[in-house]
Amino acid sequence: MKKNRQYSLLIIPALIVSLAFFLLPMAKLVWLSLAEQHGISYWYILTKPMYLKSLWSTFLLSAVVTIASLVIATIVGLFLTRYEFKGKSVLVAMLSFPLVFPGVVIGFFVIMLAGRQGLFAELGLALTGERWTLAYSISGLFIGYLYFSIPRVVLTVMGAAEKLDHNLIEAGRSLGANRWQLLRDVTLPALTPGLISSGSICFATSMGAFGTAFTLATNLNVLPMTIYTEFTLNANFAMAAALSLILGFITWLCLTIARRQGGSSLGMGG
Amino acid sequence: MKKGMYFYLQLAFTLLVCAFLIVPIFMSITAGLTNNYFVGVKSGLTLRWVEQVWTLYSDTIWLTMEIALVTTLVNLCVGVPCAYYLARTRSKLSAFLDECLTLPIAIPGMAIALGLISVYGGISEFRMSWLFILVGHVIFTLPFMVKSVLAVLQSINFRVLEEGAASLGASFWQRFFHVIVPNCKTGIVSGILMTLTLSAGEFNLTWMLHTPLTKTLPVGLADSYASMRLEVSSAYTLIFLGMILPLLIAAQWLNRKPKRTA
Repeated sequence: MKKNRQYSLLIIPALIVSLAFFLLPMAKLVWLSLAEQHGISYWYILTKPMYLKSLWSTFLLSAVVTIASLVIATIVGLFLTRYEFKGKSVLVAMLSFPLVFPGVVIGFFVIMLAGRQGLFAELGLALTGERWTLAYSISGLFIGYLYFSIPRVVLTVMGAAEKLDHNLIEAGRSLGANRWQLLRDVTLPALTPGLISSGSICFATSMGAFGTAFTLATNLNVLPMTIYTEFTLNANFAMAAALSLILGFITWLCLTIARRQGGSSLGMGG
Repeated sequence: MKKGMYFYLQLAFTLLVCAFLIVPIFMSITAGLTNNYFVGVKSGLTLRWVEQVWTLYSDTIWLTMEIALVTTLVNLCVGVPCAYYLARTRSKLSAFLDECLTLPIAIPGMAIALGLISVYGGISEFRMSWLFILVGHVIFTLPFMVKSVLAVLQSINFRVLEEGAASLGASFWQRFFHVIVPNCKTGIVSGILMTLTLSAGEFNLTWMLHTPLTKTLPVGLADSYASMRLEVSSAYTLIFLGMILPLLIAAQWLNRKPKRTA
């Protein structure tokens, strides 16, 4: 019996690392957020407009980004699985590279595209005579979040679309369904689990994205920026802890939904 | 004919999306090599910005490499045995451990960093050293190493292999190092690539954990975006891309390979 249990020793290093550097810090955060005046921070978050607004706008932005990337990625993903053509693998590679770019770099790319000297500014100057500067507003954040969301969703949609049963589509076609009916009644229902799973991953990543918002330094206080400000400028550790626990709970919930739908958690960037 | 139209519409849309992802990369590469970005490429190409970045920030590049390599080493020693344990046991305890190990993927880096600071921030020697960042990176990347080795272990029948080795008289440790580890090679290699890429690009945690003396490349990037001219920032980004693109290409090549042989 003892001989069979030898393999249990193998978990010990992981157990120590996880306990000391993850579970203990998380427990300390919970304790800190509750210790000050019996968790008054949570009450402030629910009642003070500043925190509510930050929570709500982050939520809204992430939801809009998620829907937009799902639509874009479904079109692109279905196209790339349905047709074979020259250079397709290059396109797929292009779509998957940005997956691991850190949020700061994506923020810089948004400046390159939509900053004061960016591509959109030149385009606007040529077309309408005024520079289009979107980077430092909510649209800049939207562009940045879209940038790191699209690759995640496209890859999941492609994975789901490859498993699609072509007999069903053929059957639908032979029964006289047109292109849109096929999409609505056959393809999309088959993709739904993949879309829910990648959508929740995308939503979670957007909620927790710090680097992009940090680089763009927009006037919009997304939740991770609010946490950062509370911690560094206001030295309000209890509030920062409470906010980051709420944020952590939301993202954990999303990824649990994603896992229920059988999705793999692709790396969190942003 | 109708099918043709839809094909080209979708192709155009896909190309547009790819352009959205790729154009900024090329823009920052050219900007990093151009004498004066506001004048354009006609002002001439130069390596002077790259050199300037090197003199200003080379320490961040070395530190990033060091942390990425040590993180990978720690992940190998901790993650591979852990994956084997999780593949072998199906108990409530192992399900709980699995959940705990996956959790750092779901929790934003911000929260993990705050927790680490709250517990260990007072130990100033630890707080000031690069080991503090290392700990954060290990927590953040370990789940990826465990998952990728676990996926391979679950796809092969390692028990049969092990029984064979045991019947030939191999001890437990012999079996682990000479049967299990070589058989999960693909999972280990993709875990290594993943760890290196994620560690090299990690910002959310690192920004909270760094000190002025322990700056990694992404921290330096954020610093240069805020205070340097566009050409310098671009050249710095160029160096970063040069560091991680080989890793990405290797990972893609590795992922494609099993499909070919199958």
